[in-house]
Amino acid sequence: MLGEQIIKGMAVTAKNFFGSYVSKDRLTTVQYPEERLTPKENTRQFPFLVFDGDDAEKGLRCVACQICEKECPPQCIYIVKSKDKKPDYKGQMQVYPVTFDIDISVCMSCSICVEVCPFESIKMNNEFELSTDDRFKGLLLTKKELAKPNSYYQQIHPQDAKDSDAVIAAEKVKAEAKAKAAAEAKAKADAEAKAKAAAAAAPVGTPPANPPTPPPAAK
Amino acid sequence: MLSGRAESGGEAVIAAQKPFEVTPKLDESGTPIGELLEISMGPHHPSTHGVFRMDVTLDGETVVKLKPVFGYLHRNHEKIGENISYLATMPYTDRLDYFCSMTNNWAYALTIEKLAGLAVPERAEYIRVIMAELTRLQNHTSLIGFFVQDMGALGTPMMYAFREREKILDLFEEVSGARMMCNYMRFGGVRVDVSDAWLAQTKKIVGDYGKFLDEFEVFLNENEILLARTQGVAPISKEQAINASITGPLLRAAGVNYDLRKVDKYGIYSRFEFKVPLGETGDLYDRYMVRVLEMRESIKILNQALAGIPAGPIMDAKAKLRGFRPKAGEVYGRIESPKGELGFYVISDGGPSPYRYRIRPPSYINLTTLEDMCLGRKVADVIVILGSVDIVLGEVDR
Repeated sequence: MLGEQIIKGMAVTAKNFFGSYVSKDRLTTVQYPEERLTPKENTRQFPFLVFDGDDAEKGLRCVACQICEKECPPQCIYIVKSKDKKPDYKGQMQVYPVTFDIDISVCMSCSICVEVCPFESIKMNNEFELSTDDRFKGLLLTKKELAKPNSYYQQIHPQDAKDSDAVIAAEKVKAEAKAKAAAEAKAKADAEAKAKAAAAAAPVGTPPANPPTPPPAAK
Repeated sequence: MLSGRAESGGEAVIAAQKPFEVTPKLDESGTPIGELLEISMGPHHPSTHGVFRMDVTLDGETVVKLKPVFGYLHRNHEKIGENISYLATMPYTDRLDYFCSMTNNWAYALTIEKLAGLAVPERAEYIRVIMAELTRLQNHTSLIGFFVQDMGALGTPMMYAFREREKILDLFEEVSGARMMCNYMRFGGVRVDVSDAWLAQTKKIVGDYGKFLDEFEVFLNENEILLARTQGVAPISKEQAINASITGPLLRAAGVNYDLRKVDKYGIYSRFEFKVPLGETGDLYDRYMVRVLEMRESIKILNQALAGIPAGPIMDAKAKLRGFRPKAGEVYGRIESPKGELGFYVISDGGPSPYRYRIRPPSYINLTTLEDMCLGRKVADVIVILGSVDIVLGEVDR
């Protein structure tokens, strides 16, 4: 019969129509903005800069190495290095970015910058409601707007933040151990040098019970 | 000698092109009935699947000449690729065929791995196959939605198709962070490992997909309107298909057994049991049916891959993220993307970016048969024929 298959097809449509009232599988629409889905762990929108502690200026992890600026596919990152240095989380003196701009009207949310960053300092935000009426300054994010505390990162990407914190803690321990070893080595070397100098300065034939005299100051 | 060129005095000159002459139908006394109408379909027309224009010359409702015009979405992808690092090109490949970013990523990663001599760990190979077959599922599903919409089935089938596609996009988002612009594969592996919960969810969705396809096939397969609009329309012969070097479901619908998953056996495809569905006549219905059957085969591959995925690393230990410089050389890598053979041709001079970078996009080359298929057809068929070619303008124009 002509049209038999069309009627069969209509039965499928009816099944889907009535099914949408009872089955969640057949009605997947979400009434945004009243209803919202929770963002997925890996969701990425635009990058932000992580800082430790409370002071965005002091605790910023970025050391202005400019790797992200070089690797960024659409070239939307602009960094100016500082002339002076400040201590980073490892206590080493490092340069910091005086200017760090990301033009999010150019950014394509690829997260290459996050992958190539060796300092765990740039991460992806999941904030997507960024519409603005200022199309130039509103979409050019500066260092001040980009800096977000580590607690914010822990909140939006709990698993990733944990991994990243672990990496930083391990590096800190390594750096401390290295510093300690270096300090010990230095102290030892100093002590040895002192002892040597004392031995050289001590007069020949003096009984060992006498305390060594301090070496004469160099003229 | 190249056709269209004539030699004269040792210097090749382009022969004057013979104008394509079309004349309207004549009545008994030899006077033309009416006149030819040249219309421009597109570039901003919903049925052209993007910004694509067809200059169609019509005699009444019959197409007598068709000229595809493209380039409206040209983004200079290849030249950009020659000026940025190898890694930075990866997110740009997402934007070629924006329906199948996973397969684009794979094709590019495969090419560079060939160039740099990187091996891919077992688990990453399995993940790649899973991602590629999920991509094939969602591409063919949404294509069929668009295809029947081009025939006038406004909305309903496409809504069902998109509902199912959305589930797969959710899987992509969970693992890669983005629904369409996945940027997931890396040279020597994949970027993020998949969790057991994700694998369980995928198993469930793949298991349910068969049921959806059953329903979809009852819905459409024997629908009288679909049969009338597609059967016997715009067939292409084997010879024509091979001469035009078209690939993918279009070629297989014409009856040519050519699937790179079987021919090249790239990745680990040699381990999976699956068939290559073939059509007979190469008409629109065969193209539709080949895609439905390919989805069934994809489900088979997915089930095997999900059952056999081993634990282990997901990146080659030798792979380098920063400062990646492959040795100098020339390489062509290709895979079977849902639309056909997707190839990347790269020449490296040992520097941080390729010396030459070129893409063989399947839908661009499949478009070359468009005029042959449309001549003598009614203007309403042109839309459906274009829909069956499955073009994505991001890939055609690059």
